[in-house]
Amino acid sequence: MSTHDKLRTPLKRARGLGSAKDGTHHFIMQRITAIALVVLSIYVIGLVISLIGGDYAAVRTAVANPVHAVLLVAFLVATFWHAQLGMQAIIEDYVHTAWLAVTSQLLVIFVCVLAAIASVLAVIRIALGGA
Amino acid sequence: MANRSRERPLSPHLQVYRWQVQMVTSILHRTTGVILVAGSLLIVFALLALAAGPQEWSDFSRFTRSGLGFLILFGWSWALAFHLINGIRHLVQDAGWGYKVETFIRSSWVSVIGSLVLTALIWLIAMAQGGSA
Repeated sequence: MSTHDKLRTPLKRARGLGSAKDGTHHFIMQRITAIALVVLSIYVIGLVISLIGGDYAAVRTAVANPVHAVLLVAFLVATFWHAQLGMQAIIEDYVHTAWLAVTSQLLVIFVCVLAAIASVLAVIRIALGGA
Repeated sequence: MANRSRERPLSPHLQVYRWQVQMVTSILHRTTGVILVAGSLLIVFALLALAAGPQEWSDFSRFTRSGLGFLILFGWSWALAFHLINGIRHLVQDAGWGYKVETFIRSSWVSVIGSLVLTALIWLIAMAQGGSA
């Protein structure tokens, strides 16, 4: 902070910079994915419980079922989307060191996107019957 | 910081307050959220193993049946149960309901106790299912 900042109030520094203007979008997407996950996670818990004791072929056949495959992909996308939004809010609240905040935000985004792509691709491979 | 000399009032932090259930649900919602992020990566491994082949799948399912695997699955199921019930509570509050202090406290307890009941229910059904299969 340079010397002339001492003569300025914090309001003066904040004024004119504007809001990020996407706070409500974060809020809304967090709620939409939450509502989707209420239904989808109950569905996935039911699916997992129904497969307990099943062998490899039985589990693979269940995941390959078109209805299960579609809802699983929806669950995976909503999960990692919601995960990124939630982690973002937590990091914004608790990590105050600038480089660490940026690094962890990027890490969360990359891990969530990669996890979503890898798991969705796995479901597609199973659903299409490839090896 | 240039402002330090001004001694602005600070909002009291957690340790100032007496513990109450609303604080517990608020903190647990974030904690279980982080646990579920880690747990979700396990779903990725499960699906990758299932797509890779019978050998990889049997390695994965052997891990879930191990002591550590059971512990992870049990903790994860509770985290999911809590985050699910308390998440619904948050959605209801977002709609503008349940802000009276008594209601707020009562719904906090519903989240805490409900999560334990739901976890027990999941494992009872899972064990009955495992026993019959």
